[in-house]
Amino acid sequence: MIVTTTKGNMDDSLLEKKEGSVDNDDESTTWVEYWLDGELVHRSAHVTLKKAPSFAGAETASF
Amino acid sequence: MANTQSMCTSFMGELMTATHNFGVAPIRAATTADTFKGALFLASATLNASTTAYATTGEVTGTNYTAGGVTVTNATAPIATNSSVTAGVAYWTPSASLSYSNVTLSTAFDTVLIYNSTQSNKAVSVHTFGSQTITAGTFTLTMPSNTTTTALLRLATT
Repeated sequence: MIVTTTKGNMDDSLLEKKEGSVDNDDESTTWVEYWLDGELVHRSAHVTLKKAPSFAGAETASF
Repeated sequence: MANTQSMCTSFMGELMTATHNFGVAPIRAATTADTFKGALFLASATLNASTTAYATTGEVTGTNYTAGGVTVTNATAPIATNSSVTAGVAYWTPSASLSYSNVTLSTAFDTVLIYNSTQSNKAVSVHTFGSQTITAGTFTLTMPSNTTTTALLRLATT
């Protein structure tokens, strides 16, 4: 697979791949990194928001 | 039968479509939906509920990132739903993910500002997430499900 990097497009077989993820009440996030000789040459991230953090309330006046 | 004091849920939905005006408001040039955009901001920025409009202060900069961010896809109109005789929710969520392709954003960012580019870049909402950097890659922000409890924007009575 071809990966866009700071060195131009490269085949991923030439690169070291690292992946990670975070999952909590607010978001589910994954990221992928490609390294070349100890240098980070690609990092992408995908954040999925699970809900809006704030909730607006409203009410009418009581008489 | 009895009457119940309540704010009409339809009103909240109509707030989202600029049907009501209690004060001075801009003259709307069209009846179509406005254009909304999503801009990314550094973790060191100070966006919050007092933010009134998009400004470049604190916005990310980097290769292939255009100041102002990307256009929000808006194919689904706001929905207003009653949950009881006194309560309801009006809600809206962008209909597609926000994607920033082939960018390099070296300084950590953790916020997207949704704002109305049709109406003088007035702010809509601030959403935070875990701090990120991007290197010659793509940052994708997928929206929550468009429901009464998870939609990106919700106005509610309880």
